[in-house]
Amino acid sequence: MSALAHVPTASGQPVSPPPAARRGRHRLLPYLLLLPGAAWLFLFFAVPLVQLAAASLYDPTGSLSTGYALTWAFGNYPTALQAYWPQFGRSFLYAGIALVLALLMGYPLAYAIAQKAGRWKNLLLVCVIAPMFTSFLVRTLAWKTILSDNGWLVGLLRDVHLLGPDGRLLATPIAVVLGLTYNFLPFLVLPLYASLERLDYRLLEAASDLYASPLKTFRRVTLPLSMPGLIAGTLLFFIPATGDYINAELLGTPKEYMIGNVIDSAFLVRLDYPQGAALSFLLMSAILVVVFVYLRRAGTEEVL
Amino acid sequence: MRVSRWFAQHWVMGVALLVLGYLFLPIAVVAGLSFNRPSSRLSYDFNEFTLDNWRNPCATSDMCDAVLRSVQIGFLATVAATVLGTLMAFALVRHRFRGRSGLNVLIFLPMATPELVMGTSLLALFVSGGVPLGFWTIVIAHVMFCVSFVVVTVKARLSGMDRRLEEAAMDLYASEWQTFRRVTLPLVLPGIVAAALLAFSLSFDDFIITNFNSGTTVTFPMYVWGAAQRGIPPQVNVIGTAMFGIALLLVLASSMRGRKARRAAIATAVPGATSRS
Repeated sequence: MSALAHVPTASGQPVSPPPAARRGRHRLLPYLLLLPGAAWLFLFFAVPLVQLAAASLYDPTGSLSTGYALTWAFGNYPTALQAYWPQFGRSFLYAGIALVLALLMGYPLAYAIAQKAGRWKNLLLVCVIAPMFTSFLVRTLAWKTILSDNGWLVGLLRDVHLLGPDGRLLATPIAVVLGLTYNFLPFLVLPLYASLERLDYRLLEAASDLYASPLKTFRRVTLPLSMPGLIAGTLLFFIPATGDYINAELLGTPKEYMIGNVIDSAFLVRLDYPQGAALSFLLMSAILVVVFVYLRRAGTEEVL
Repeated sequence: MRVSRWFAQHWVMGVALLVLGYLFLPIAVVAGLSFNRPSSRLSYDFNEFTLDNWRNPCATSDMCDAVLRSVQIGFLATVAATVLGTLMAFALVRHRFRGRSGLNVLIFLPMATPELVMGTSLLALFVSGGVPLGFWTIVIAHVMFCVSFVVVTVKARLSGMDRRLEEAAMDLYASEWQTFRRVTLPLVLPGIVAAALLAFSLSFDDFIITNFNSGTTVTFPMYVWGAAQRGIPPQVNVIGTAMFGIALLLVLASSMRGRKARRAAIATAVPGATSRS
């Protein structure tokens, strides 16, 4: 740029450097640009996390009306875990099963859009995002209709004896897992698509020219090259799915409740803030541990 | 033999179309139920065709109030988050400064934290600070979780931009403000618009964080949540279908405009290109 700035004009007269060279004056500018947004995130994201940690150590005998004292009650954690470990385990179990299902569905979908769709690529991509245009809750309620005892799906499954004559789908773990899979599938597909789209088709041709079977081509070429998208997609799916409680509430029964249902009721119904905060903090730590272990094993840290 | 080869080549597409069917099934149900006259308040099954729900979408007036409130909150949160996020994106792409990696973590973390944790921690903050929950606490929360998405979206557009265009403008003696106004802004604008639309849809559809910080204020998702216990009015499906239709129209319109703009750009850059294409 500076080389260009000093090029004399056609008439041969040197020109004064254009204003671009005055950049140096704006030392403070980046901080001014960052300040409002960073302050907002600090005040309403970081500080609340500290407040949550503090609330999880409040004296459990306090209440909202009498006020809480910070007594560093670490005992809140084992107490909460003892009472609610089934819901805790269920959150990870359901989200894990949903993730496997979503991978089985999402990988072929992302691959087909990226490599096979040709000029229909953009249209199909819009089709993946489009369902998210309708409210999350309204879509989940639609599953209530689809899975209902009088619905065609249950009727069909009963006719082919996959379900007993009184068998149900609604209010079972199947419904909850199906809802989780459905609701977060686009989050898995989009990053995966972005990775697969950049995949050079000639590499696949080269592999098959060198007598690799389709399965081997997939395992040795396609899968490793799609790894960044796969990792990002898996995390974008797993994190919200573990913390979700809408599906368990609308499609399940208290027997399918996940940790989110417990936390929701601790904060909004039972008004037991220390316990709710302890569970919330445990959930975040558990997710962070899972994510960290996963990233270490997957061997990529560039997603972060 | 030929059948099996055809199958080998096309099974991926077949699976993909089935999965797309799975994704669209609930949308079809929502659209169908918007024409339903339910047999009872708690029934989720299709009963009888009617146009009444579309004729009187506001028959249950609290629902329309909730939609309106969601639009207001979405609008305020979108404006604030888009401004804050765009400024941050400019700083991150265009400037060097200390504390960059720490800031990146601060921007990344809200996208990786479960909504449940953000919602409960904000509630803990508001309660301990004695802040009354309601409309404004929802707006504050929505701005917080939208900002990161705006930063990421605008940043992507900005870092893919050709800096030489701005340099050319400055070399041609445009002032810094003129360069920004006439070159930089028009080039980044699609990214900013995309970020704003994303922010609005995130805000409009948010339930979990809102649920913890709303007090007695009812947004559309909060209304649906409450109604799921008492019985859902069929008009909810009208709103769901209408949202889907509006968003789809916006996407189609923007892709049409994009195509037209690209054609126009080619036409001005390469004389005679229009006659060829």
